[in-house]
Amino acid sequence: MSMPFYVAPEQVMKDRADYARKGIARGRSLVGIVYDQGILIVAENTSRTLHKVSEIYDRIAFAGVGRYNEFDQLRVAGVRHADTKGYAYSREDVDARSLANVYAQFLGQVFTHEMKPLEVEILVAEVGSDAADDRLYHILYDGSVVDEERFTVLGGEAEAISERLGASWQPGLSRGDALGRAVAGLAGSERTLVPEELEVAELSRANGRRAFRRIEDAELAELLGAS
Amino acid sequence: MTLPMFGSAEDPGPSFTELLTRLGQSSAAPATPGPLGDVRHGTTVVALRYVDGVVMAGDRRATEGYSIAHRSIEKVFPADRHSGVSIAGAAGPAIEMVKLFQTQLEHYEKVEGLALSLEGKANQLSQMIRSNLPMAMQGLAVVPLFAGYDVRRQAGRIFTYDVTGGRYEEADFHATGSGGRDARTAIKLFFRDGLSRSEAIEVAIQALYEAAEEDAATGGPDVVRGIYPTVATITAEGFERVPDEEVAERFRELIERRTAGGQPR
Repeated sequence: MSMPFYVAPEQVMKDRADYARKGIARGRSLVGIVYDQGILIVAENTSRTLHKVSEIYDRIAFAGVGRYNEFDQLRVAGVRHADTKGYAYSREDVDARSLANVYAQFLGQVFTHEMKPLEVEILVAEVGSDAADDRLYHILYDGSVVDEERFTVLGGEAEAISERLGASWQPGLSRGDALGRAVAGLAGSERTLVPEELEVAELSRANGRRAFRRIEDAELAELLGAS
Repeated sequence: MTLPMFGSAEDPGPSFTELLTRLGQSSAAPATPGPLGDVRHGTTVVALRYVDGVVMAGDRRATEGYSIAHRSIEKVFPADRHSGVSIAGAAGPAIEMVKLFQTQLEHYEKVEGLALSLEGKANQLSQMIRSNLPMAMQGLAVVPLFAGYDVRRQAGRIFTYDVTGGRYEEADFHATGSGGRDARTAIKLFFRDGLSRSEAIEVAIQALYEAAEEDAATGGPDVVRGIYPTVATITAEGFERVPDEEVAERFRELIERRTAGGQPR
């Protein structure tokens, strides 16, 4: 029997983190941004059917970057968590903070105990009854949670995009303005993004019980053209 | 609570009831020996097709034996955006079944990213009624009426059930519950193809009125308290409740006509 080499725990964690970050950086980025009616989520995604942004519950949306099969599994688990909770208690008892915590627990568990960490970053967004109650929870591959106020960026180029958005974001943006800034932030100065390369969805206070709605095709093109 | 993750062999797929079973939270009631005493029962519900889709309506009375248990119970519910379910039979298990059914349809839609077909929804309800069969044998039968707008066929469709979960599609209209027979007769007299929204609501209201006249367990319009039957339409735009004021106005006209005479009373 061969003896395994000793590797320092610091090194193990660092290797895993590097591995996860590399996987995430291969994919395109995604932005969640607060506007006057709720939260807009804008992702670079050329597929019409393999979604990065999805509905979890009445006022909660999910978005993920990195490996599709991994974040999609997390998405389904989130829907299951929310639906069983809402069924057992009440619809209003389902909230993003508790969901973000179970995601964080799970990701942290996988990061420290499994061979391979999940190569994902996810966003749990919740629209409240007014702008002060809107929530953006950004959860990293190792289970750390960041609670953002204005906008959040997921993916490999997060820093550069955050910088651009930080300069252009302001409170009380209209939906069109928020979309324009999110797209400009994602694209940077050297590219322009067309509607076919974008996946956009909103969580809006104006949508009734199920706040989540996809903004697609003609509507998206119109909104982009106007901004 | 922890995140519900499953191995590929145990994965419940898009089914919410299956998920509850896997998590040990299934709400199925344990079998009790012998029949139960009086429990709350809901009574007459109707559905009929019209030019834009389907009209569904139900009275508001719940009974326990010979006494009135509730005067303003709801029996017509949206199942999802394009379908509705109305209930007759034991109120407790029926309302629970509706809640489970609504969650099941939305759960499927979110997990799969696509809503079930109308036929698929009707079959799901059929399975839920079948799983209630042990309770039905003890006198807690649930017999819902399911109707919706089929976005693929662009038409309204109506499904009826029996206690075993048997599913039957109706061509034009149906009514169930203790006053269902009287309501059906009334609809039969007034129904024709291509009714307008206004005409279809009128037929539904007439049918409930007749059922309330002949059946003790069906509530008529309660003018004193301002409680009127629930009426809803399901069209390409979705499930929509007819405003209470509109229903009240229709009943006022109906009662006026009957009071004036010249019509059968």
